[in-house]
Amino acid sequence: MAANEIEHLIRLMGRLPGLGPRSARRAALSLMKHPDTLLRPLIEALGTCRDAISICSTCGNLDSHDPCSVCADRDRDRDVVCVVQEVEDLWAMDRSGSYRGLFHILGGTLSALDGRHPEHLRITALLERVEKDGIGEVILALGATVDGQTTAHYLGERLRPLACRVTRLAYGLPVGGELNYLDQGTLDAAMKARQLLA
Amino acid sequence: MAAALALAEEVAGSQPRAALSTLELRDFRNYRQLSLAVDDGIVVLTGANGAGKTNLLEAISLLSPGRGLRRAVLAELDRDDAGPFVLRARLSTIDGPLDIATGRDPSHDRRFVRLFDRNLRGQSELGMFFGVSWLVPSMDRILGDAASGRRRLLDRLALAVQPDHATRVAAYERAMRERSAVLRDGAGDPAWLKVLETRMAEPAVAIAAARIEVIGALNARLRNPVLDLPAVELAPSGEVEGWLLEMSALDTEQRLCEALARSRGRDALAGGAQHGVHRSDLDVCEAVRCEPAARLSTGRQKAVLLAMVMAEAELRRERSGMTPILLLDEVAAHLDSARRDALCDALLALDAQVWLTGTDKSLFGALSGRAQFFHVDEGRLSNHE
Ligand SMILES: [Zn+2]
Repeated sequence: MAANEIEHLIRLMGRLPGLGPRSARRAALSLMKHPDTLLRPLIEALGTCRDAISICSTCGNLDSHDPCSVCADRDRDRDVVCVVQEVEDLWAMDRSGSYRGLFHILGGTLSALDGRHPEHLRITALLERVEKDGIGEVILALGATVDGQTTAHYLGERLRPLACRVTRLAYGLPVGGELNYLDQGTLDAAMKARQLLA
Repeated sequence: MAAALALAEEVAGSQPRAALSTLELRDFRNYRQLSLAVDDGIVVLTGANGAGKTNLLEAISLLSPGRGLRRAVLAELDRDDAGPFVLRARLSTIDGPLDIATGRDPSHDRRFVRLFDRNLRGQSELGMFFGVSWLVPSMDRILGDAASGRRRLLDRLALAVQPDHATRVAAYERAMRERSAVLRDGAGDPAWLKVLETRMAEPAVAIAAARIEVIGALNARLRNPVLDLPAVELAPSGEVEGWLLEMSALDTEQRLCEALARSRGRDALAGGAQHGVHRSDLDVCEAVRCEPAARLSTGRQKAVLLAMVMAEAELRRERSGMTPILLLDEVAAHLDSARRDALCDALLALDAQVWLTGTDKSLFGALSGRAQFFHVDEGRLSNHE
C-alpha cells in the first residue's frame, strides 16, 4: 500500500493521455526511484513550461512568445492559413516541410452529441483574422473523421461570405484518419492536390 | 476420375450455400456449454417452449452484424450469474471455411468479433462473408403493426442488394441525432444545420435507392409463390422514395435538404425530423384485389413473410453466389398439413442450410430422412435418430 502522497501523484499521472492506471503507477514509482536524474529535472521543466509557455493569441499555437515563432516568421507565405484541429497537427504539418504558410488551431471539432459547439472552438477568431489580414486562401486540414469533415463543411459555410479561397486537403485517407498520424509523403501529396471545398 | 473431380470441387470450396459446420456455446442464455456439429442441409430443433430452441437460433443470428434476432441488450445474453458468453463457429462458404468467434467483451461491454484469430474492427465486416436471415414469432404482426417494424425488415432485406446499407442507415441516423441536438441546444446555428442536413440527405438517397431496388427484385420473385399464397406485391411508401421514383438522385437530395431546412422550427419543438427516410414504410398488398396484407388471417400473414424471406434468400444467392443461412422459428405450427409439406419441399429446393424449430417432430414429417433432427431440453441437445 503506497502512501497517500504517491497515490495522489499516481492519480494525477493517470489523467494524462496514453497513461492507464498501470502505466501511471510505473511512471510514478520510476520518478520516486530516481529523484536526481528524473524527478528534479521534471519538476524544473514543468515549472519552466508553466511560467514560459502561453497560447499564441493569433493562431492558438503553444510557444514562449506571443505571437508565436510561426506567426512571427516573416519568411512564411502570409496569404495562406492552414486550419488544423490541434497543436500536434500544426507540428506534424510543419515537420513535413510541404507547407510554408500560416496556421490556425481550432481546438477540436464540432460535435453536437458531445456538446462541442462553434463557440467552444476558435472559429470567430479565424473569421476575424481572415477578414482583418485579407487572407487569400484558407486550407482546411481537419481529420477524415465524421466530426472532422462536418467541421470542415461548417467552416466552408461560415467563410463563404468572405473574399478568400477555401480549399481542403485531398487525402486518400483511411476514414477515421487523424492528421498527426500521417506520414510525410501522404501529407505532402494531400497538400499539393488540395481541392476547392464544394 | 469422377471422384477426383468431385474432390477438386470440394477443395475449391464451391459451396453455393453458407452453412454452419460446428457451433460451440458457452454461458449463452440457458446453455452452459454446447458443442454441435451439423451438415449443410436442413436442421430441425424440437422441444417444449423454453427449452432453448430459439436461444440456439439467436446464437446463430449473432454471427451476423447487429443485435441478433431478439434485438437483445448484450448483458441479457449471458447465462444467469455466469458469463461473459462466447460463441464459436466454423462455417463453410463459397470462399472456403471460416472460423468466427463472438461474445461479450466485459472490459468494454461490447461485442467482440474475431475472424480466424483476427479481431474485426466492427461487426459490419461480418456481413461481407455470408448472410443470415430469420423469421421469428415476434415478427408475426409486423404487417399490421407500426411502420418501424416493417422499415427494419425492409432495411434488412436491402442488404441483399447493397451490403453497405446498414452503414448508410447508421450514418443517416447519427446525422439526424446531431441535427436534433443542434436544434435543441445549439441555438439553431443555420450553417451547422445545413451541413448536418446535407449529411442526412446524402445517405438518405442511397438508402431509398436500395429499398426501391430490393422491392423490385423481391416482387419479381413473389409473383410465382411456392406456398399456395395469395400473390403479394411490395411497394415502397415514403416521401424520399417517392421523389426518387420521379426525379434524379441529385434533385432528390436537394429537395430533402430544402424540406429539412423548412421544418427546423417544427422539428425543434417536436424533436426528430418531419422529413426523411426514417419515416418511410413498406406496403405489402394482396396483388389481385390490392388489399393490404394486414387484413389477411394471422396464418396467411405468416406465410407472406415466409415467402418474402425465401425470396430474399434466392435474391442473395443470385447476387452473391451463396444462399444465406435461414433461421425459421415456429413457422410450421400455423400451417395446415398440406401447406407444411409444401413448405418442406420448397425449403429442400432452396438449397440452403435452414434451421427450423417446432414443439413436435411430427410437424416436419415431410423432412423425415432428409434433415437432421435434434431434441432440445433445458439447454441440452440430443440426437433424434
Ligand atoms: Zn501563432
